[in-house]
Amino acid sequence: MRGWLAGLVLLAMTGTAHGQSTVPQTDADAFPIPATPAANPPSDVQPAETVVAGLSSDSVAITASFDGSEILIYGAIKRETPIPPGPPLQVIVTVEAPSGGVTVWRKERRAGIWVNSQAVRIGAAPGFYAVATSAPLDDILLPEWDSRYRISLSHAMRAFAGQVAVDSAVPFTEALIRIRQDEGLYRLDEGTVSLIDQTLFRADVSLPANLVEGAYKTRIFLLRDGQVMDVFVAPINVRKVGLERWLYRLAFDQPFLYGLMSLAVAVFAGWGASAAFRKLRRP
Amino acid sequence: MQIYLPIAEVSVNAFTLIGLGGLVGVMSGLFGVGGGFLITPLLFFIGIPPAIAVATGANQVVASSVSGVLAHVKRKSVDFRMGGVLLAGGLVGSWLGVWVFTLLQRVGQVDLVVQLCYVVFLGLIGMMMLQESVRALHRSSKPGYRKRLHQHNWVHRWPLKVKFRASGLYISTFPPLLVGVAVGVLAAIMGVGGGFIMVPAMIYLLGMPTKVVVGTSLFQITFVTAFTTVMHAVSYNTVDMMLALLLIVGGVVGAQIGTTLGAKLRAEQLRILLALLVLVVCGKLALDLFLTPDDLYAIQPGIR
Repeated sequence: MRGWLAGLVLLAMTGTAHGQSTVPQTDADAFPIPATPAANPPSDVQPAETVVAGLSSDSVAITASFDGSEILIYGAIKRETPIPPGPPLQVIVTVEAPSGGVTVWRKERRAGIWVNSQAVRIGAAPGFYAVATSAPLDDILLPEWDSRYRISLSHAMRAFAGQVAVDSAVPFTEALIRIRQDEGLYRLDEGTVSLIDQTLFRADVSLPANLVEGAYKTRIFLLRDGQVMDVFVAPINVRKVGLERWLYRLAFDQPFLYGLMSLAVAVFAGWGASAAFRKLRRP
Repeated sequence: MQIYLPIAEVSVNAFTLIGLGGLVGVMSGLFGVGGGFLITPLLFFIGIPPAIAVATGANQVVASSVSGVLAHVKRKSVDFRMGGVLLAGGLVGSWLGVWVFTLLQRVGQVDLVVQLCYVVFLGLIGMMMLQESVRALHRSSKPGYRKRLHQHNWVHRWPLKVKFRASGLYISTFPPLLVGVAVGVLAAIMGVGGGFIMVPAMIYLLGMPTKVVVGTSLFQITFVTAFTTVMHAVSYNTVDMMLALLLIVGGVVGAQIGTTLGAKLRAEQLRILLALLVLVVCGKLALDLFLTPDDLYAIQPGIR
């Protein structure tokens, strides 16, 4: 155990993986966080349990042959006092992609054909959101703590944009989660965080092949008795590299040049193929 | 072999794309159409976002039509003057089409309109071609039939007449201009070259002789799809070069195979086959519109 932790410290110093345990914090702009972790702190638990953690890599490179990636999130619980009695410690790990606006449409039959009729515009929903837990989520997290830290999938999206014109937005937000879950973009993996002796933990989170660029966020929650004791936040930088990056940048920085280049490729390929086959046919 | 497409931001199998390009290439070589009307729905099907499928489909059509038009220029079966008039209309139409596309995207009906366009046009053209080619097959079995050069109809009475020597026509510039505009709009909205609409329009509406129709339509399509590609690239950044390249590699090879195959089959039989293919695609799309969808909800990125 000692050597394991020492290795961890070494890793942190070399800079391949790092992060700081903090007082509980999440997006300050999204909702207010009280300075103290608990409004009604449980008396039998020491507040001195904190997370020390690292990631197998703090960046993911999207190359032309990219087809998903796996990230190992590991760490330990630091405490000054013995393990407190009562229900065991639990860990939740979330990995979240940058958020973007999304419109959810509902189809309706009009004059015999199905058309998009009503829409709900959601201001911010992450393109990817994975939740890994050490036990079934409902058993280890109280709803009020869930809504405070926005942990479960139903809290993944943030705000409605503009007026909500429908009677109830609930079916729309549920549809968004369902569709993204079917696509493997939103995931709840219960019981996949392995926790040893209430001290060491590890979680493997696989990132899908359909990843978008941006600053991803990893959060590790320490829970006891359904309440969040500590939060650890670390970034993962996902970016395209090599040819992918070059093409992407060119398409957005020099769209006209990029358009002409696409044409040149097409014209050259069309001309080349007909010339090559003419030669082949005439021996 | 999985490959990550930089603009579409999805990972797909490279061989699926080459195969898809090849399949459509064979069709285009066999029937003398760009194949855009097949490639765009197929790209939707394998999970490419619609906006990117439309823009990249246009880029792929550039490659296949360049390959085709070069062969026709050599055979002197291109009416450049007619092509120029059609092109002028086409560029206006393409500009209009990209504008309409933006408007539809804003009101969330782009999928519906694209699908409706496909159903209506494929249905009409398919029926027309089937009827015509069945009649031709019937006729060719009876010897002694002589075809008129072309039929005169209301289109030939419009003002501003010009001589189109290669087509042997003396007609107003307005009908070809309008055909060009219509095809340009469709090219931008549906991501197709519009050959499957323009060829019948040239034969039945303008009365052009069949031998110059395919070359001239390919000539026009090359420029209109080139313009559309650049328009989409500049205004929406939706052209995926990696995707286009893989489709083109399959497509140009497939086109040559298709051309060789086509020389071994009878023209009437080919046209019946194409008509049936067009009707099958049309039927599939129509069913999607009328049957209750699996999921009533759909996600569209952005909150415009």
